[in-house]
Amino acid sequence: MTDETETAKAGWFSDLDSGDLEAAEDAITEGEAKAPREWPAIAVESGYTDSRDEYYDRLHEATMTATRAEVRERERADDQQLVHAIRAMDDCSRTANELAERLAEWAGTVDPDAGTGVEYARTLARGESEDGLEEPAIRSLAERVAGLADEADELREFVERQTPAVAPNLSALAEPVLAARLISLAGGLEELAKKPSGTVQVLGAEDALFAHLRGHAPSPKHGIIYTHDAVRGTHPENRGSAARAVAGKLSIAARVDHYSGELKPELEAELTERIETIQARTTDEDVDSDGGADDE
Amino acid sequence: MSEQLPEGVQRREFDGTERLATRGEPVYGEPTDGEWRAWNPHRSKLGAMLELGMDTALSGGETVLYLGAASGTTVSHVADFAGPTYAVEFAPRPVRDLLSAAESRERLFPLLKDARKPATYAHVVESDVDVLVQDVATRGQARVALENRQFLADDGRLLLAVKARSEDVTREPETVFEDVREELSEGYEVLEARRLEEYHADHLGIVARPR
Ligand SMILES: C[S@@+](CC[C@H](N)C(=O)[O-])C[C@H]1O[C@@H](n2cnc3c(N)ncnc32)[C@H](O)[C@@H]1O
Repeated sequence: MTDETETAKAGWFSDLDSGDLEAAEDAITEGEAKAPREWPAIAVESGYTDSRDEYYDRLHEATMTATRAEVRERERADDQQLVHAIRAMDDCSRTANELAERLAEWAGTVDPDAGTGVEYARTLARGESEDGLEEPAIRSLAERVAGLADEADELREFVERQTPAVAPNLSALAEPVLAARLISLAGGLEELAKKPSGTVQVLGAEDALFAHLRGHAPSPKHGIIYTHDAVRGTHPENRGSAARAVAGKLSIAARVDHYSGELKPELEAELTERIETIQARTTDEDVDSDGGADDE
Repeated sequence: MSEQLPEGVQRREFDGTERLATRGEPVYGEPTDGEWRAWNPHRSKLGAMLELGMDTALSGGETVLYLGAASGTTVSHVADFAGPTYAVEFAPRPVRDLLSAAESRERLFPLLKDARKPATYAHVVESDVDVLVQDVATRGQARVALENRQFLADDGRLLLAVKARSEDVTREPETVFEDVREELSEGYEVLEARRLEEYHADHLGIVARPR
């Protein structure tokens, strides 16, 4: 055993066998020392390597491996940034819409031709409405609405930029905002990767699912993935199958993203093919004839 | 102009313009001419310091600790003409690109570490490096330089880029620079200081040695 003072004086290579890259990786990432020392010379003296050149070769290999692994590890943590961003984005748009309604109601009492919605608020905020809507309080409220709507837009851009880096496959199969929503609903990329595809299929439909479990309603066929083009673009009678196929592939994508991070373009091709088959069905066929085949 | 460029750095013509250049694999889409690649002073504070004729005392082949390596724009040029080069950066995203730059540079060692915590890389970075380059653009730039002085040889050089806005956006850059120099003097003697305005707004370039 090494005592504390000894550890504080040891280099990254001190406890390593020459060829053990995995241990070297840990030592680079986890290790510490009180102060730097002449590590190349010490490595040669202690017999870790035969020469300075060999030492630097090994250091290059070890720092590359360690840093690559550490980057991957840390970028995974970025899924939490997405979770916050998408929730903030939804809060901003919801609030902007609510306030826009209030604003339209108020403006309507002053100007019978007042418009509605966020766009009307933006017009008012820019001071472009011709009518004498000079009431500063109304104008100021319109500015808040426009500001909140802008904030929501910026958060959306952030999400669109960041999601492909965190979850490349999921973002390729769903668009980035939907991918981020799924991550958010599951509580993180790892959590999403661990969910069975049947659960992914109804994420975001919790209310409907509870109603079903209480015996009040039919089982929901799709949650937030309803917004996926492949589901929306399918005839209502076949939507259940489409939702199941999409959920199956998205689950696989989430697992690849979490466990390897490698981009697999074939996933997208497979989904496209599957959806084409489903959409080609005549709608009076039994919609559930494909059973759970997509639940891999 | 009596110019002291380190060995391995040359002025060469690219599309009719003289530019600084080093030899190595291109990294950020810079123009190349055979093995040579242009070093863009607009994207590199150290490049600007050399371009503006500051006396960096770099001669080529030295051991370097580089703090704030980002995606490797500057540190890749440094590794092209220097010896063993340790590159510290704490944001994971740019480090992906830094790793690509280090792929072809066998003496460039990328480290995902926080420059405010030297103990977390003192077991890797050797003592008595010849040059400490710092471009961290974060609050407390003088403190970072002081805490990393332990890596620097007694006759080594600190090449520091100070970004005024990172310390305090509301204050005049000049007063920020004065404070940084004052704090720096706890451990360094400033040999030369110059605004990098031509290339980088509100940045000060400093050459210093440990005292
Ligand atoms: C202006 S950029 C550096 C550009 C780079 N030197 C170049 O010319 O190619 C500043 C970098 O310092 C990094 N940084 C800031 N604080 C840091 C710290 N405490 N430790 C390590 N890196 C830090 C930032 O993440 C950022 O990438």
